[in-house]
Amino acid sequence: MQPVKDLTTSHRLRQRQAKATFFKYFCIAVTASAVMILGILLYQIISDGYRWVDWQFMTSYPSRFPEKAGILSAFVGTLWLVSLTALLAIPTGVLAAIYLEEYAPKNRWTQFIEVNIANLAGVPSIVFGILGLALFVRFMGLNRSVIAGAMTMSLLILPVIIIAAKEAIRAIPNSLRQAAFALGATRWQVVSAHVLPAAMPGILTGIILALSRAIGETAPLIMIGALTYVAFLPESPMDEFTALPIQIFNWTARPQETFHELAAGGIIVLLGVLLVMNALAVYIRYRGSKS
Amino acid sequence: MSALSRKSVRWGESILERAFFLCAFLSVITTAVVIFILIRETLIFFESVSVTEFLFGTRWTPLLEPKSYGILPLVAGTALIVIGVAVLALPIGVACAVFLSEYASARTRSIIKPTLEVLAGIPTVVYGFFALTFVTPLIRTFIPDTQVFNAASAAIVVGIMVLPMVASLCDDALRAVPQALRHGAYSLGATSFEVTTRVVVPAGLSGIFAAFVLAVSRAIGETMAVTLAAGATPNLTLNPLESIQTMTAYIVQVSLGDTPAGSLTYQTLFAVATLLFAATLILNIFGTWIMKRFREVYE
Repeated sequence: MQPVKDLTTSHRLRQRQAKATFFKYFCIAVTASAVMILGILLYQIISDGYRWVDWQFMTSYPSRFPEKAGILSAFVGTLWLVSLTALLAIPTGVLAAIYLEEYAPKNRWTQFIEVNIANLAGVPSIVFGILGLALFVRFMGLNRSVIAGAMTMSLLILPVIIIAAKEAIRAIPNSLRQAAFALGATRWQVVSAHVLPAAMPGILTGIILALSRAIGETAPLIMIGALTYVAFLPESPMDEFTALPIQIFNWTARPQETFHELAAGGIIVLLGVLLVMNALAVYIRYRGSKS
Repeated sequence: MSALSRKSVRWGESILERAFFLCAFLSVITTAVVIFILIRETLIFFESVSVTEFLFGTRWTPLLEPKSYGILPLVAGTALIVIGVAVLALPIGVACAVFLSEYASARTRSIIKPTLEVLAGIPTVVYGFFALTFVTPLIRTFIPDTQVFNAASAAIVVGIMVLPMVASLCDDALRAVPQALRHGAYSLGATSFEVTTRVVVPAGLSGIFAAFVLAVSRAIGETMAVTLAAGATPNLTLNPLESIQTMTAYIVQVSLGDTPAGSLTYQTLFAVATLLFAATLILNIFGTWIMKRFREVYE
């Protein structure tokens, strides 16, 4: 009698298994190299720029002489920009999300608004810059002021805030609303006393991530003409300003090696700020998931 | 509660509702204003330059004499970046997604996913810096005739930039494929490679395609990295080692200079931006539509 062929040693099967093993390690290697790129990027920037980041760098104005140059006006400009953007975008974004989730009738009109918000989120940031240039800088005559920059940024991050806040609000179970309604609460009482507090961790996380985006955006600010050389600090929302990413862009675009190192120094500060904000977001999400 | 106070409460409620509606409606106004501004200035632009010259002209020199307004060189520059992104980010993104959804343990996932999110959160100007100070010198050590500003370097960093988005969307698509399909294939004796390439990926193909479309849209609209690394030479070429200019980089170049409002150069900004806006909008709508329309529904 012919012996049963041992399948585990069949040539064809071994070939197929080898292929599977190879494929698995290929996917692992590709993912690992993607993570490695992040490492290279951070290493490159830190090794280029760490020598420049000191107190003098943080407290000096930009200068033609690299050893005297600093990011004071850029850093303060970014603080102004983000504060004003937060002031404008947070209330509008959260209230819009409340409307869409809690008040809006489920009809075509609401659906239209939602599709519109989703599409706005995909519009390139430079188009928002064009909008800011034509509407705020030229038409409204706000010139190259902090407020023009903040209004442009607000429109840019509004869709991000609305989408995040909507998701957080939608995650709140309906039983909570029904319990409050059953006790005679009005819609606003339900929303303000029950839905919003419960959704707050999610909303805050979304807000922080949206503001991080506003801090890093460069193109719209260049469009509205945020100056690259500013040797004073803005004192009111109507003053001209510069911002960290603009200063980084300016230094990177110069041919001299030393200015590239300054740019790396600026990037370290920028990434530092973003890191703190992201850590805050993670912390809030963690606290929220515990309670 | 008396009838009067209940009425006043309701009155306040309806005011609140209207205020909230206005906040949501602001997004519609924004879109309308964007479209209005773009179209108005573009129409004025077309009073001086014919549509045919703009869309099919092969020379783009609005800032130099003799002036010429054919947008094809900028479109070619943008296309080079898009091709680079497609060649790089798509296969790598899909491989990452396959690893995350098919092979990685929950623990590994919980490390890799946030790491990729960090990559997505880095400002684009930083990628521009990285392109200019790391990627370009690297390319030039291998191919010395590469120009200092070149499309390849910009395409590589834009590819890195959109990679997390591609990986994350593809991962969602693959994880939406029900386990039963995998189990069925495994029980027939398929290896993990066969399950992935013949069952899981085909089932998630619409999601992968949508991710691809959205990545292309992102690449078209990307501004800072291409401005810094790809150069400012409107160049009708498909050679990635040459200096080029994308549509977005042109917009930045003009706005860095002092361009008086109402001049023809100022209007070119809007003409180029209109094309950019239309292209990204169509791609975004198309991508979302694919995702919704072709989503396989398994009970």
